Amino acid sequence: MSDTPTDAVTQEDTARVEKEAARQVEPGRFGQVMRSGAGHNLGLVLALALLALVGVATGGERFASVDNVMTILRFAAVIGVVSIGMTFVITGGGIDLSVGALVALSSVWCTTVATQTMANDIHWIFIVTTALLVGAGAGLVNGLLIAYGGVVPFIATLAMMASARGLAEIISARKTQIVSVPGFTDAFSRDILGISVLVWIFVVVAVIGWVLLNRTTFGRRTLAIGGNPEASRLAGINVRRHTVLLYVLVGLCCGIAAVMLIARTTTGSATHGQLYELEAIAAVVIGGTLLSGGRGTIVGTVFGVLIFATLTNVFVINNLSISAQAFTKGLIIIAAVLLQKRFSRQPGS
Amino acid sequence: MTQSPKPSPDGPAASAEGGDVLLEMTGIVKRFPGVLALGGVDLDVRAGEVHCLLGQNGAGKSTLIKVLSAAYQPDEGEILWEGEPVRLTTPVAAMKRGISTIYQELDLVPGLTVTENIFLGHELATAGFSRRAEATQRVRTLLARLGHSEVDPNRLVGDLSPAGQQIVSMARALSHDTRLLILDEPSAVLDQEEVDNLFRVMRGLTAEGVAIIYISHRLEEIRQIGDRITVLKDGRTVATGLPVAETPTSELITLMTGRQIEYVFPNRPTTPPARDAAPVLEATGLSGDRFHDVDLRVHAGEIVGLAGLVGSGRSEILETVYGARRSSAGTVTVNGRRLRRGSVRAAVAAGIGLAPEERKSQALLLDQAVYRNVTVSSMSRFSKASFLDSGAERRAAEELSRSLDVRPAGVDRPVRNLSGGNQQKVVLARWLLRECKVLLLDEPTRGVDVGARTEIYNLVRRLADEGVAVVVVSSEVEEVLGLADRVLVISEGAVVHEGPATEIDESKVLDLVMEGEVA
Repeated sequence: MSDTPTDAVTQEDTARVEKEAARQVEPGRFGQVMRSGAGHNLGLVLALALLALVGVATGGERFASVDNVMTILRFAAVIGVVSIGMTFVITGGGIDLSVGALVALSSVWCTTVATQTMANDIHWIFIVTTALLVGAGAGLVNGLLIAYGGVVPFIATLAMMASARGLAEIISARKTQIVSVPGFTDAFSRDILGISVLVWIFVVVAVIGWVLLNRTTFGRRTLAIGGNPEASRLAGINVRRHTVLLYVLVGLCCGIAAVMLIARTTTGSATHGQLYELEAIAAVVIGGTLLSGGRGTIVGTVFGVLIFATLTNVFVINNLSISAQAFTKGLIIIAAVLLQKRFSRQPGS
Repeated sequence: MTQSPKPSPDGPAASAEGGDVLLEMTGIVKRFPGVLALGGVDLDVRAGEVHCLLGQNGAGKSTLIKVLSAAYQPDEGEILWEGEPVRLTTPVAAMKRGISTIYQELDLVPGLTVTENIFLGHELATAGFSRRAEATQRVRTLLARLGHSEVDPNRLVGDLSPAGQQIVSMARALSHDTRLLILDEPSAVLDQEEVDNLFRVMRGLTAEGVAIIYISHRLEEIRQIGDRITVLKDGRTVATGLPVAETPTSELITLMTGRQIEYVFPNRPTTPPARDAAPVLEATGLSGDRFHDVDLRVHAGEIVGLAGLVGSGRSEILETVYGARRSSAGTVTVNGRRLRRGSVRAAVAAGIGLAPEERKSQALLLDQAVYRNVTVSSMSRFSKASFLDSGAERRAAEELSRSLDVRPAGVDRPVRNLSGGNQQKVVLARWLLRECKVLLLDEPTRGVDVGARTEIYNLVRRLADEGVAVVVVSSEVEEVLGLADRVLVISEGAVVHEGPATEIDESKVLDLVMEGEVA
């Protein structure tokens, strides 16, 4: 095409388009910074720092001690693992309301196997494997219902939330299962480099999650189907299979979280994981992942989890009620979503 | 800056002659953060005329009509309505003056009935109870005035065809006391017959003294319906009040683009592709949704065009070949190998690529970078053990976007910021990266401005010359005939004619699609 008469003109055209494109990305400096990933993370760091300041001001030594920081991290680790899985599902354009119930089901199923069927002489690996399989299996059911059954994610996982919790109660006969398998407590209540194994598990899951989302075909496909499922299908991506995998992944994360929760509380119970769906979705959204899909950030989710865990800790240290906590968390979620809307708005054409 | 209101004695402009100036906009400026969308626009519209607004994508047409319908407030400039200066502060205020706008994307509620949509926001009600019978009756009158009394006021809008929905939008505009009707590319979703009908309705309205601002990319339509033309370029008026009948097309294109070009199709190769060799793509006895028993053979280096009305089954044929729809009978083979039915992945693996009709919703990941849109179908090429080498992806996408002349350059830009023509090139780059053997193009130049069209045409021809088998579907008969080597005319889901593109003309094609059966 190099010698067509249109060439000279397209040059000019380009200049115009380029100018326009350049103009489009300067919606004021503050907005510009806030819109970029780094800017959003900066905002999260500031929020976290502010919370820490409040913590120090109100709790003093009780807040700013190594022990307390470890408590916060151990607390954050369990919900953190669930939130990493949730980040994938939401980035892929879905939602999973059943995570709390899946944690409960996994914790009950694997501890029942340990305490009743095989008494206490089984290897702790068996408990872990059972928990992971139960979580992933329930996730598979969610995924198949959504991808092949055509049930919308909200309804499919809402149903799973009810059924899994109910099944957990049936299996446990509403009793709390105490875990006294010797190897299990040894394996998970240890510290490595002075930091709890639970926190290390969260770190590992988060790192794997980051690599998976940002460096692999799996992550790229997740972004693609979350951004535009129809275009992804027509581009040759197996959207259904990938959707199933996303729910299996979050189910697996619930299994891991169940193991961590058993280690922290030494029990498996049908009441574990209450409101985890709320906390996980909130952490993901506060972190900057788009609730409508197509954009996701693991780093943001980690910050979202830490902010919530710190907030809870500050409330506990100051002997404030659970109700006040819930109220404040609600406000924070709304504020985060409003900010997100404010900065992701497109300039008019 | 031609100000020559010289209507031709007997042309369509005659109707505008006696019209008083209804609307006068002068020096309209609209800024967005960092963007000067309108940099001084002048426009005057008279009662009873069809005033055409011309300009390339991004010239400011949409912004201007949003100012006029008060969706945006201008930063500078004056609006005179019947000679009085007015400030249109809210869309409702504009509506009260009698300004109605029908946007490119129809803003109807699919789950409500025709009547409910038409009275949406100004329902006929007594103490909160809707007066349904009266509303239905008024809708019938409106539809009759538009010449579409066959539309059932109680049907759900979602069940209507695009043309039917457009009628509902028009009826909604007329349900207010409309003095000025703004139509933003109404013909984009219509086929020829429906466009003719739209024009009939428009003539009826102008005869009643309604002024119409008409936006379209299609110059031939403006010739048919327009009285005067205002041309926008880069947010400024470059010419206003040009009489349609006396302004040559070349002058309009020059004004719009600032360049002198003819609207040209690339030359066909002097030696036609070898038709006796085995075809690359072969569909035999293919039947499916809305079409039946279609045979389609495309050879390497050949461009085959499918001409037909919207709803004739042309798009469905392409999508079925591609596996996006399931065929009910027949086979599709690529280089002799039969494809699994209803599997996009099988088609893609066999070397078929599709540039779908709705580029934004069916092809692009708008918020993602250009390079990701290019590599999305070839990810396995850039990954080892499913780890992506994004450096290699960028390099491959850069090379392609250079060779296709995607502008502006820079593969990390979100696709959303590109113009329609450049977005189309990104879609084509996706399939070139896979070195596809068969390229299916559905409306390849929809939403692409005049200058970029020629580039797309040249590109398609170049791909064919390199041995790709191409199938083109277009609502514009001229495009099919100009671009393709061989043409299949589709009517009501069946092939009614097949032959070289040079041996058939536009009117013959239209005859065929209207009549349906071949003589």
